[in-house]
Amino acid sequence: MSYQVNEKGYYGDFGGAYIPEMLYPNVEELRTTYLDIMNESSFKEEFNQLLRDYVGRPSPLYYAKRLSEKHNTKVYLKREDLNHTGAHKVNNTIGQILVAKRLGKNRIIAETGAGQHGVATATVCALMGIQCVVYMGEIDIKRQAPNVARMKMLGAEVRPAKSGSKTLKDATNEAIRDWINNPVDTHYIIGSAIGPHPYPDMVTRFQSIISEEIKWQLKEKEGRENPDYVVACIGGGSNAAGTYYHFLDEPDVGIIAVEAAGKGVHSGESAATSQLGKEGIIHGCKTLLMQTQDGQITEPYSISAGLDYPGVGPLHSHLYKTGRGEFYSVTDDDAMAAGLELSQLEGIIPAIETSHALAIFNDKKFTPDDIVVISLSGRGDKDLNTYIDYFKL
Amino acid sequence: MKNRINQKLTEDKKLLSIYFTAGYPALNDTVKVIQDLEKSGVDMIEIGLPFSDPLADGPTIQESSTVALHNGMTTKLLFEQLKDIRKTVTIPLIIMGYFNPMMQYGIEAFCAKCQEIGIDGLIIPDLPVAEYHEHYQQTFEKYGLINVFLITPQTSDERIRFIDSVSNGFIYMVSSASTTGAKNTFGDTQQHYFERIEALGLKNPQIVGFGISNEETFTQATKTAKGAIIGSAFIKHLTQNGVDSIEGFVKEIR
Repeated sequence: MSYQVNEKGYYGDFGGAYIPEMLYPNVEELRTTYLDIMNESSFKEEFNQLLRDYVGRPSPLYYAKRLSEKHNTKVYLKREDLNHTGAHKVNNTIGQILVAKRLGKNRIIAETGAGQHGVATATVCALMGIQCVVYMGEIDIKRQAPNVARMKMLGAEVRPAKSGSKTLKDATNEAIRDWINNPVDTHYIIGSAIGPHPYPDMVTRFQSIISEEIKWQLKEKEGRENPDYVVACIGGGSNAAGTYYHFLDEPDVGIIAVEAAGKGVHSGESAATSQLGKEGIIHGCKTLLMQTQDGQITEPYSISAGLDYPGVGPLHSHLYKTGRGEFYSVTDDDAMAAGLELSQLEGIIPAIETSHALAIFNDKKFTPDDIVVISLSGRGDKDLNTYIDYFKL
Repeated sequence: MKNRINQKLTEDKKLLSIYFTAGYPALNDTVKVIQDLEKSGVDMIEIGLPFSDPLADGPTIQESSTVALHNGMTTKLLFEQLKDIRKTVTIPLIIMGYFNPMMQYGIEAFCAKCQEIGIDGLIIPDLPVAEYHEHYQQTFEKYGLINVFLITPQTSDERIRFIDSVSNGFIYMVSSASTTGAKNTFGDTQQHYFERIEALGLKNPQIVGFGISNEETFTQATKTAKGAIIGSAFIKHLTQNGVDSIEGFVKEIR
């Protein structure tokens, strides 16, 4: 069983490039060049230098002693929250802005849900002096006000997506439409492991720095490269893809994905795609997605804007279908409690997305000897208002 | 029987094709719109199967799709509305929609139903030509359906020739790099593009779409192409005037 994308852009049954002809030249240009660009030594040098000096990598692999004691197992946290801009998203935007430069593009567009990817994109555009337009659902603009302000301060234009559910999926539609209308000068930086091939693979490779570091960091700390489990929250699935990447072909490493159950998987207000989704086409790829019987894409719900997406990346659909990944779903309430627990046990306030991964201990029992690495994908500053409202702080 | 699209393409005239969204403005307007378009002298109709996330469409068609879905339009209901359409309508009918709703209906079942009703062709903007060629062409052809592909000013000659080889009706020539309803006039860029395509000498005739809204743009587009498609401008007309003055709209085009 392979977990790598094949030459046609598929992970098993999932992936491909289901795009209107208007996008074909752009996507084809990327498909035929991305691996060559990423393998150039000058590219690698620039990418690694920026990750080190600008992002602050490697991010620590932190042994969470009190959290481990509480749950009677060995928990390591991969501290992506300590990256510049506060989440894993910047690993990918650094990579893609360097690709865009080599393709001669002078305008960047992006979609964003929680605003983390938008901020990470606005950041690298400021760094490179490139024009930046970020599409964001009108509802998300309201619930993620601090990140909207950050993007503006960084010089990006934030355009509200007013169609459909006015959240991440609609922001993605608007970004794709922008790309159709600006095919020559614009590069679209997709933030998650979704979209037409080669995006899922490209984003996964840029995020795979996470698992690459986990391997050598764990070797230093525990004398072995492979943990027993890697755990990540999953919306579209970019931090999860990066956390799993170097362990996909290591059968002794358990892969755990945590989705947002919202108010309960069957409450009608959920984003638990693996449980509720069927195979279909969303944003250019064949994958599992939440939809009506008639094939209309449904509006997901999660308290966390970053997980509020009706699909998962094609790699994750493949991991689910083949059984390589264990999928769990966590409600708003359980995620918020886990976020509070981490804050008070370890002094780390996580993003609400990440809090979902931290709630894994409710559903999965680990042994005292298990080494469990959890991707601490982002910090909670942006979610303070949601935490304040929820806990009446 | 020869496909109605192929028959129509042999007629010695420039073809006017009109797109509308099924179930818009009201749920049960679908059949009346088709009948009135035919009476008004339209040559071909594209029936839009509404989708929640129409990536290639601008605000006008997006909005009509949202309204149609809100009205209760579904794939099943569209087929139900169209079941007797061939008793009154003879011009070619094409269903234009995104791939996911068709996938969920089942591709083979969808094609079979189209044949049963008398649908002549399909336009599926997000089904790439290679994917079609490899997985679906046999099924479409088994049920006598012509699949229509899009080309754009950015499509390379080599790819246009591949699309031409896979096509057996006409090629949908997108006038400019845009979503639907975005541009109002044609400039030199479009004229050069139209001439470049004409010079390729393709086996399939071309019909121009995107940016055709009135007599002027229709005439410009059909100087080299076999016909033109009007979508967003007709939807706007329906939004403003309802379904009672369809003939007036068509008469102003030609």
